Amino acid sequence: MSATTSAPAWVRRPAQQNWLVRLFDWKPFLIVICLLPAIGLLMTFLTYPLGLGIWLAFTDTTIGRSGVWVGLENFEYLLEDPLWWNAVFYSVFYTAIATFGKFALGLWLALLLNNHLPFKSFLRAVILLPWIVPTVLSAIAFWWLYDPQFSIFSYLFVDVLGWRTTNIDFIGSAWPARFSLIGANIWRGIPFVAISLLAGLQTISPSLYEAALLDGSTGWQRFRYITFPMLLPILAIVMTFSIIFTFTDFQLVYAITRGGPVNSTHLLATLAFQRGIPGGQLGEGAAIAVSMIPFLVFATLFSYFALARRKWQQGEAND
Amino acid sequence: MAFITRRRALQLGAAGAAALTAAQRAAAQSRIPAADVPAPNLPIESGATLRMLRPVRFVQPDEEVFRANAAKFTQATGVQVRIDFVGWEDINQQTAVTANTGAGPDLIMGFSDAPHIYADKLIEVTDIAEYLGRKYGGWLPLARKYGIRHGTQNWIGLPFGASSGPLVYRKSAMTEVGFQRAPDDHAGFLDLCRKLKAANKPAGFALGNAVGDGNGFANWLVWSHGGYLVDEEGKVAINSRETVAALNYLRELYPTFVPGTIAWGDISNNRAYSASECWLTANGVSLYFSLKNDPATRPIAEDSEHQLLPKGVLTQHPMSGLTLNAMVFRHSRFPNAAKAFLAFMMESEQYDPWLVANLGYWAQPLAAYKDSAVWTGDPKVAIFRDSMNNEFWNGYKGPISEASGQANAEYVMVQMCAAVASGQATPEAAAREAERRARRIFRR
Repeated sequence: MSATTSAPAWVRRPAQQNWLVRLFDWKPFLIVICLLPAIGLLMTFLTYPLGLGIWLAFTDTTIGRSGVWVGLENFEYLLEDPLWWNAVFYSVFYTAIATFGKFALGLWLALLLNNHLPFKSFLRAVILLPWIVPTVLSAIAFWWLYDPQFSIFSYLFVDVLGWRTTNIDFIGSAWPARFSLIGANIWRGIPFVAISLLAGLQTISPSLYEAALLDGSTGWQRFRYITFPMLLPILAIVMTFSIIFTFTDFQLVYAITRGGPVNSTHLLATLAFQRGIPGGQLGEGAAIAVSMIPFLVFATLFSYFALARRKWQQGEAND
Repeated sequence: MAFITRRRALQLGAAGAAALTAAQRAAAQSRIPAADVPAPNLPIESGATLRMLRPVRFVQPDEEVFRANAAKFTQATGVQVRIDFVGWEDINQQTAVTANTGAGPDLIMGFSDAPHIYADKLIEVTDIAEYLGRKYGGWLPLARKYGIRHGTQNWIGLPFGASSGPLVYRKSAMTEVGFQRAPDDHAGFLDLCRKLKAANKPAGFALGNAVGDGNGFANWLVWSHGGYLVDEEGKVAINSRETVAALNYLRELYPTFVPGTIAWGDISNNRAYSASECWLTANGVSLYFSLKNDPATRPIAEDSEHQLLPKGVLTQHPMSGLTLNAMVFRHSRFPNAAKAFLAFMMESEQYDPWLVANLGYWAQPLAAYKDSAVWTGDPKVAIFRDSMNNEFWNGYKGPISEASGQANAEYVMVQMCAAVASGQATPEAAAREAERRARRIFRR
């Protein structure tokens, strides 16, 4: 206090504030307090379920009773379970083909929508519909479209046009069922890709195209050397999201085939649910879900490095 | 004491039964023989209240009569009973939570295997089960199987009824190909299906991931050839000569089906049958009622007949049923009230109106109720009377357990059959794969 008394005209206020105010002025404390709600939410709704899922994967918990630690036993069984390998294969295959299809068609659609069309805003809104409709509803619609007896396609080709004598076998055997589900997933995923890429397209400066036109470029050259490179950053991030959504897809497959015929269309997510909830083997189901993590981490890393490379391509500093 | 007060309550008149009209009148005509057996002494705890969960109704009167019966119990004993109706998909999970946390409802009416999974969390109901059995002509075989704990004489569940899935076919199609009814032997049944196919009125049985219909057909196929998933001790026995014979038979039978049954869910055969795309299938009574209640499909209902699944090499019809199975939890503070309530609901004054209200969706577990008026109403429904009078259950011939429920839910039998039908696997390979999966499921 001696220091303050030497200058009576000026009172150092902080020294007289109570401890609560001082506490809140203390930066580390303030940071912790401000972060606490967010951390609490993340811990409750993200870390705890994830941690519980991973813990369950190492136990033999069933719906009827809590389990005991069994170490890697669940994973050892999965490695020798052809159904799991089948689900791994189909998950990767489904993701690869569906992502390719979604991006090919989505990019095409985005390029079309980027032109000056009549009713442009209306068309863009309509395009989003498949994405807006709840997945289960569209899945049920596809379930009807693919029905062995009552498919509208079968009706068209057999009864109306007379091109076939038997109904089309959409989901009755392995490969047609796999491609039918991929088709449904592509239909559902196109709007997301198209709208995201459309947003990306609109950030490309028209002056680049004008300059290219003056240089006498063809349409393909403009796409190849301007549109595509400029679109790559957003393409990479949209692709990461799309891969993750597709790889963890559940509703379409469960509503249309339930993993059938004879388990040929099980994704890891549907197999995990089938084992865990109807089958009651929570531990094994959790192990299947955990086995998806390496694939998802790979997809995320892929996007991270791809993004980093794009920055360099655009002439920005590499970080 | 509960039963004495109940009788007095009955003399007072059918209280709380305002909602019941046709059902109650029909019940009045039922003559349920009952032996004169003393009721077990269950002094009801003072201040007792009960809470019960049960699956939602098939038909509206089910819930009305059930609630009215519970109201009668309240009037007779003063015990308040709260009944919650739970969706079919949710009842297993809610039972698991109740059993594991030791809190929640006093009683749950679950499905088939539930009391066997949570046997340690339940109090035995042997006294009321034996009383009811003696009074009403004995428990039917399926009820005994689902009620009694494996390897003991102790009742842990009190079955309330079962629903089975016999053959349902179009009489006109059957006559057209020269049959009066479906033959009981495999060769004859195959012949029938081939002729139906030739007449372009094919049969169809679910081979997709359909919990009810798929398992019903796959179980029939294997059982009727003498095969079974596990033996009496619960050891996996699916990879047998009988199973391979069954699967070889399926290879001949499957081409006679309407195309696409490998993708069929539980609802698919109902739709195909209602649209006259499929003329012979197996289903619960719900299909018949939905046809009958819709004027557009009424002619199909009139042309339809039910018949028990063919016996094959056995002497009995190899079919099981979905069973309503009530249990009382150890954590209940009023076990006597809970047991008295269950017994009360099974007494003919309450149970018969309920059975009648259900129109045949549920069939009785006690022999004496075969005389219920419900079975003399519509002759096409009468066949469901014997739903619990059979010796087969899901997981036959093993103990009923968590594992037998899991094998059912994971379609082990269905997928074995579907793999052969689709040509993906030879019968031998499919049986081996089913054995591998069953070993894992039954390892504990």
